[in-house]
Amino acid sequence: MAAELAVVAATPPRAETADGAPVVRAQGLSIVFGSGDQRTTALQDVTLDIARGSFVSLIGPSGCGKTTLLRAIADLERPSAGTLVVNGMTPERARLARAYGYVFQAPALYPWRTVERNVMLPLEIMGLKPEERRKRAARYLDLVGLGEFRRRFPWQLSGGMQQRASIARALSFEPSLLLMDEPFGALDEITRDGLNMHLHELWHRTGMTVVFVTHSIPEAVFLSSRIVVMSPRPGKVVDVIDVELPATRDLDLRETPAFLKVAQRVREVLRAGHSYD
Amino acid sequence: MIRRAAPVAVVMLAVLVVWYAASVWLNYDTAANLADEGATRWQIVGDTMRLDRPLLPAPHQIVAEMITSIFGYPPDNPRSLLYHAAVTAYAAGVGFAIALALGVVLAVGIVHVRTLERSLMLWIIASQTVPVLAIAPMVVVVLGNIGLRGMLPKALIAGWLSFFPITTGMVTGLRAPDPMQRDLMRTYSASGRQVFAMLRWPASMAFLFPSLKVAAALALVGAIVAELPTGAQAGLGARLLTGSYYGQTLQIWAALFAAALLALLAIAMIDLAQSGLVRRRGGRL
Repeated sequence: MAAELAVVAATPPRAETADGAPVVRAQGLSIVFGSGDQRTTALQDVTLDIARGSFVSLIGPSGCGKTTLLRAIADLERPSAGTLVVNGMTPERARLARAYGYVFQAPALYPWRTVERNVMLPLEIMGLKPEERRKRAARYLDLVGLGEFRRRFPWQLSGGMQQRASIARALSFEPSLLLMDEPFGALDEITRDGLNMHLHELWHRTGMTVVFVTHSIPEAVFLSSRIVVMSPRPGKVVDVIDVELPATRDLDLRETPAFLKVAQRVREVLRAGHSYD
Repeated sequence: MIRRAAPVAVVMLAVLVVWYAASVWLNYDTAANLADEGATRWQIVGDTMRLDRPLLPAPHQIVAEMITSIFGYPPDNPRSLLYHAAVTAYAAGVGFAIALALGVVLAVGIVHVRTLERSLMLWIIASQTVPVLAIAPMVVVVLGNIGLRGMLPKALIAGWLSFFPITTGMVTGLRAPDPMQRDLMRTYSASGRQVFAMLRWPASMAFLFPSLKVAAALALVGAIVAELPTGAQAGLGARLLTGSYYGQTLQIWAALFAAALLALLAIAMIDLAQSGLVRRRGGRL
């Protein structure tokens, strides 16, 4: 097993092979909420590039602005200062061009639609033909292992299945950028492991860029090619760690010394950036 | 079926027992005055359930009156209870349709146009503080003077009385989607029309149906009250009024029961529509 891993490790990680401009470029990005006494600095002076084809995790304790950064990339929050470029455009233009798929903390499925029709929702909005919608829905529901549940309603599925449906929905219009906000945070450990494996394989197969918010160190190390460590009050980036692990991974990787070393490094940076007072 | 029917039957039985007791008690004096000299107490008690103009008719008398007034005459005869019920149902139905259209349009306006919320909501609430029931006769007379007669004035009062629950229900329903559901639409850069059609409208249905039931009952009340003045010749309201002029308590109670049955019918129709929607949604509204 160890020998096998070493051989795979010899192939360079995807992020470094990617060429061209970064998918996301933040420079001196700050976001401030409220005013006067209520004023909170959610993000302060964040400078960050996210390369095409990379899997970047944003990790940090609550209040470190990781979700805010993700929402800013998605044009769900407006920067107060600095610049943010997505796919070479302003976030708003990128959103209007439907550049990204977004997976929320909760599945946010519409309860009056079947699983299949939930997955077809973005396709309907984007005006695809009914036949193409059905084809796409079938393809991505199969991909997340929900093919036989397409006629069910969301409340008839478990939490893990609902979140998988929401991932299929985000993939259905085949965006090149996938933004995920703690998608597995509410799930039990075993379901979470399974979905991590799924997601890793998906990323590997499609070559899409993924920005992934989490507060789980093992999850971040397992999935990412880069980990952005953030600290709270005010939210800022304290370190960016390249994950030098094989490009193809399975869950056993988490027991290896190489994995634990990266995890240890992330933990140290997190601790340094966060006081417990 | 028996499990569901049993509690209803028990309540019904209790009501009947109390009712018979009450009609004996309330009608006893009248029956005693009419009774022959030397009638026994038990004969008088028996008479209390056979009076022509009882203070409180016994249930079987009302049933008998309903049967004769429904089946005793052709449905287009002014003596037929069906005829009057149909007249009222028509006005209430048109009023309900007006209320539905007005309620939904107002709600959509209030949810989508900020200035409308501020300007309209005040007037809508004010409109409901007007005691429509008290001034309905006056409204009907005024509308009659400008040429609006027959069904329409009644429908207008029914609509006035019943649009409010629809408006408030729809405003709540259209605002029901949570921030995440709305953000999702934003990430797809959906148009306002798409957000309405694919999110707000379907989300509002769970709030629309309960308010429709309230509105249906109110529309019926509105139509009946509007029939009371100006010596209206037709409708359940007219039946109530002529009944009370001539002391025909049986006729009054038969009309009241007809109104209750109409309300049940309306609610059943709304339930039917609702269960159709629930079926399409896999069992939940």
